Amino acid sequence: MIELIIPTIISCILAFFVVYFTTPPLIKILVKKNYTVKDMNKKENVMVARPGGISIILGIVVSEIVLYGFFQLNEILAIIITTTTAFLIGYVDDRKVMGGWFKPVTLAIAALPIIFLGAYDSDLAFPLFGDVQIPLLYLGLIILMIPITGNTINSIDVLNGVASGFMVIASFTLSICLFILQNYEIAIVSLPLGFVSLAFYKYHKIPSKIFPGDSGALVFGAMYGVIAIVGGVEIIAAIALLPAVINSFLFLSSVKRVVEHRQIKGKPVEHTDDFKLKATNDKTAPITLVRLILAGGPLTEKQIGFAIFKLAIFSSILAIITTFMMGVSL
Amino acid sequence: MSGLYGFLFAMWILIIIGGGIMVGLLGPFSIQQFGNFHWVFTSGIKVIIALTLVVIWILILSKLKNYIFKKELKF
Repeated sequence: MIELIIPTIISCILAFFVVYFTTPPLIKILVKKNYTVKDMNKKENVMVARPGGISIILGIVVSEIVLYGFFQLNEILAIIITTTTAFLIGYVDDRKVMGGWFKPVTLAIAALPIIFLGAYDSDLAFPLFGDVQIPLLYLGLIILMIPITGNTINSIDVLNGVASGFMVIASFTLSICLFILQNYEIAIVSLPLGFVSLAFYKYHKIPSKIFPGDSGALVFGAMYGVIAIVGGVEIIAAIALLPAVINSFLFLSSVKRVVEHRQIKGKPVEHTDDFKLKATNDKTAPITLVRLILAGGPLTEKQIGFAIFKLAIFSSILAIITTFMMGVSL
Repeated sequence: MSGLYGFLFAMWILIIIGGGIMVGLLGPFSIQQFGNFHWVFTSGIKVIIALTLVVIWILILSKLKNYIFKKELKF
């Protein structure tokens, strides 16, 4: 146990400070190169640097390489390769507008290293009822998991600080669950995701100085998905991610097809005169988590963000309860 | 907001019940009549059962969504 403490401390410090110190110069470079987008929820014409995925992936790769130096686990290699591939996919989408098919298909390919490296256990663990062996079905689950978690986090990246703040809550919850299950090595490997998200949140929180972009959101989602698979905590990970899953579910069940947000014509929310957000009555607009939160009346961007964080904390509590239920058998 | 918390909780319950059905149905399921290829048939049928369960899960969730958010969804 003692031998695990040093790599844990080094990797967490590196994950946090690499993002903390590389993001400000990245913002300067992006602004200088005019890689900025308009913040749609600000009254003034505020331009924000994008994509912040560059500093996020740097923090993850550096900390995971250090951990690989200590543990030499195939699981760490799977995290590095899949997450880096997800970053490249997102970066292409940040630079060039791609079709709705692009991210799901390429993220499915990004999941293949997990299979090739054998960094998974084909037993799917359920609370109260035990495990089920599904060798062939599990391969399909791996290929589906990364596009789902990647796009789920990407779809919640709609307001200042929401994606990174949500990731802080969900990823630290996942690490706690892995520690409870005594899967210490994967728990340590998962910690950099929380620290990277926390450092990035400093610059992403309202008012944002940088947006993660597709590259950053896909890195968050893909790494979360890989940890769920290599840690054998797929169900727990899905529960901690439920508010974002609800957002994707509501969106897909109202739009009824896989489509990019920018291809949707109807607007789910609009601004009031005092620049609060309110739900529209547009029947062609998709139903989203933010639209449902706003059904009760207009709110500021900050209030919506905190409402989403409260939902994330609630689902994190459910995930931790589920983890304790893993040890109970009916 | 209370509707959203209710929906989250309902999803959690559905996941746990769905897991129980999955373990109960898929766990002991095995076909031995096809010689060396029995695992292919077993896996194939397991995939079909799992997909059917997922479709049922989504349908229940969809009904639940309409019930919980019947007031909010009148956009």
